[in-house]
Amino acid sequence: MTNRILAKRELAPQITLLEVEAPRIQKRWKAGQFIIIRPLAGSERIPLTIVDSSAERQSITMVIQAIGKTTKEAVAMEPGQALCDLVGPLGEPATINTGQEVVCMAGGVGVAELLPVAKAFHEAGSRVTALCGARSDSYRILDEELMGVADVLQWATDDGTYGFAGNVVQLLLSIAGPGTFTEGHVIGPIPMMKAAAEATRGWGLKLHASVNPVMIDGTGMCGGCRVTVGEEVKFACVDGPEFDAHLVDFDELTRRNRAYREMEQEALKHDCHIGLG
Amino acid sequence: MAAQPPKYKPNPKAPRQALPLLNAEVRSRTPEEVALGFTPEQVSVEAQRCLQCAKPTCVDACPLHIDIKRFIARLADNDWQGAHDVISEQSPFPGVCGRVCQHELFCEDSCIVAKKWDPVAIGSLERFAADHARLRMKELAGSYPQPTGKKVALVGSGPASLIAAYDLVRLNYQVTVFEALHKLGGVLAYGIPNFRLPREILHEEIARLQNMGVEFVVDFIVGKTATLEELFEEGYEAIFIGTGAGLPYMMGIPGENLVGVYTANEFLTRINLMEAFKFPDSPTPVRVGKHSVIVGGGNSAMDAARWAKRFGSETTILYRRGRAELKARLEEVEHAEEEGVHFEFLSAPVALYGDENGYVREMECIRMELGEPDDSGRRSPVPVKGSEYRIPVDTVVAAIGQAPNPTLQKVTPQLITKRGKIVIDDHGQTSMPLVYAGGDVVRGGSTVILAMKDGRAAAKAMHEALSVEKPEEVEA
Ligand SMILES: Cc1cc2nc3c(=O)[nH]c(=O)nc-3n(C[C@H](O)[C@H](O)[C@H](O)COP(=O)(O)OP(=O)(O)OC[C@H]3O[C@@H](n4cnc5c(N)ncnc54)[C@H](O)[C@@H]3O)c2cc1C
Ligand code: FES
Repeated sequence: MTNRILAKRELAPQITLLEVEAPRIQKRWKAGQFIIIRPLAGSERIPLTIVDSSAERQSITMVIQAIGKTTKEAVAMEPGQALCDLVGPLGEPATINTGQEVVCMAGGVGVAELLPVAKAFHEAGSRVTALCGARSDSYRILDEELMGVADVLQWATDDGTYGFAGNVVQLLLSIAGPGTFTEGHVIGPIPMMKAAAEATRGWGLKLHASVNPVMIDGTGMCGGCRVTVGEEVKFACVDGPEFDAHLVDFDELTRRNRAYREMEQEALKHDCHIGLG
Repeated sequence: MAAQPPKYKPNPKAPRQALPLLNAEVRSRTPEEVALGFTPEQVSVEAQRCLQCAKPTCVDACPLHIDIKRFIARLADNDWQGAHDVISEQSPFPGVCGRVCQHELFCEDSCIVAKKWDPVAIGSLERFAADHARLRMKELAGSYPQPTGKKVALVGSGPASLIAAYDLVRLNYQVTVFEALHKLGGVLAYGIPNFRLPREILHEEIARLQNMGVEFVVDFIVGKTATLEELFEEGYEAIFIGTGAGLPYMMGIPGENLVGVYTANEFLTRINLMEAFKFPDSPTPVRVGKHSVIVGGGNSAMDAARWAKRFGSETTILYRRGRAELKARLEEVEHAEEEGVHFEFLSAPVALYGDENGYVREMECIRMELGEPDDSGRRSPVPVKGSEYRIPVDTVVAAIGQAPNPTLQKVTPQLITKRGKIVIDDHGQTSMPLVYAGGDVVRGGSTVILAMKDGRAAAKAMHEALSVEKPEEVEA
């Protein structure tokens, strides 16, 4: 396993696709699973969803939004270089049922993470409606790939420059109601997942959310990724990352994900100072 | 072996030498190693306290059967390198074990000198031998014969697998160790703090195995990256599972998911493995507030508390039993006390309260008293009705034990487990042929030395199975 970067492509501003050589993970992964990488020897461990793979090139694909220190380090790397660490596939695969009327919803970089799930539902013989959100037309990603696997693909943009003007949940409400879909998958920013769960409560829709808590080891060893689902505390890295969207405590998840924000901003500032010498 | 008279006149009456320590005030502010190690003069005195018994009970008591009597004789003779060679016959980890092994429960507990005086400080002598062989180990790096025999796989890189690797590579097996994390050592890397075990000591002792031809593969989760069946298909002829007990227990009280509430594993992993003590020069932070409360009484609790102290926090260890029932190494308890960690015995948390942002702010505790002895023979704590009280906290660490990590077991239903622990027979074999297990994954949370004992037993059984089963195997 060499972790070598084979290709790099900018999908939208600040959203980059990396294709990395990973023969073992390529062979074993299933839609909904993720990996943990450390781009450089001094980097943090960050989880990333596996987006695609190629048996021929013995590779997997990940899509990274460069917002923090580590994601910036990752996208600054070039083909030919190797990620310092890459481990996976982690987590449980997504629930994929056949013969369902499925709605797949995603926003932002979540659209990339939705792709394998939509594809798996499609291949399992379910009918897939993909509802994807972006800030603006120029931020839409993987449109063509999604078209290939979704029976219906609709976009929502915040500024209305493409497709529906508004967010994904508003788009959902504009086209569907109780009974329209039997199963669904949602991935993206927490407010969006929460809104999707709220909007569909009582629809008789089994909605799965792929959650994104802070993780460290990703092997079930620390409990840092814990999420309250109904009455239970779950470790997202081993029990998830997919849970019943109607049972996830999204408010708690929001608070837990904010725990290090100030410290991380401080760290970014610190790096700038170092950069300035 | 015929008893040889010692070359020196034993002087057990000399006072047991005290391990020099960094000043408590200084060390409660740095990640530097606390114990400085004996001086050569102290080694001389301490080694000569050994009676060189005809029947050395300490050697039997040591789960690795290190020839303690003989290495001490070498130290008494100022032959430090020779002492290290003697230890190496049984263990390549004197630097690690000299620091973290619970000598008071094994070799030192059985020391005859202790009948009248204090036991010989075997642990500190072991450590000295290790620390004075470091240069020599580097010189030897390229001199080991490389293995050419059958392939075996060891899962996890904790002490259980490491000793198995040492034994198997010396029997000419081609050994591969698969580790889930990006660093080697198991708990030694992610759990035990730098101030107890400097990482260069751990790295150097592991490097010795590498130099001997053991292959280490990090970022590889057996059960996820590849299954046991796949490893067999890839040519590994026997497999040892030393995956430890990495699944932390939660307290199960309201408020447990508030920000600032950690399991010991998360707290220690952030600090030890990800080096949060260097943040922002390292990328992973940890939140340590003004008041830290660590719940539990084992090694993890001491380690977490002493780190919290080093981050400048007022630190309390809350333990539901009494001082006598603490499970941590005695030395760690003493060091924690010296560093200003406050102990609150016979008390347990019942709830945590947070502020509007979800940060933990208060802990509600309840007093305990000791009741009837439980299954373990220890008197079990019983809550005292109406004794609840609250204390301010902004960091809480639950160090209340852990269970085996279930990842591998989950995808390997053929592996029989009991309450999460892998079941083995007298030879360390699991319910699957040619699959062995040992250490914390079998015992639940245990100790470094018992994990090593298991790893050694399994290595022996693997060797017997592989040499008996198919002698002279030729490739088709
Ligand atoms: C904080 C702390 C302090 C301690 N202090 C002491 C002490 O002072 N003295 C003492 O004697 N004992 C101490 N202990 C206990 C001691 O560390 C353990 O008993 C010992 O490390 C167990 O060794 P092991 O080899 O069984 O497993 P571990 O050391 O737990 O190592 C297991 C390794 O396997 C890896 N792994 C798990 N699953 C997989 C998988 N599926 N594939 C690949 N790799 C995997 C893990 O990442 C880990 O690195 C302490 C424990 C803790 C937590
Ligand atoms: S990330 Fe540590 S348990 Fe999930």
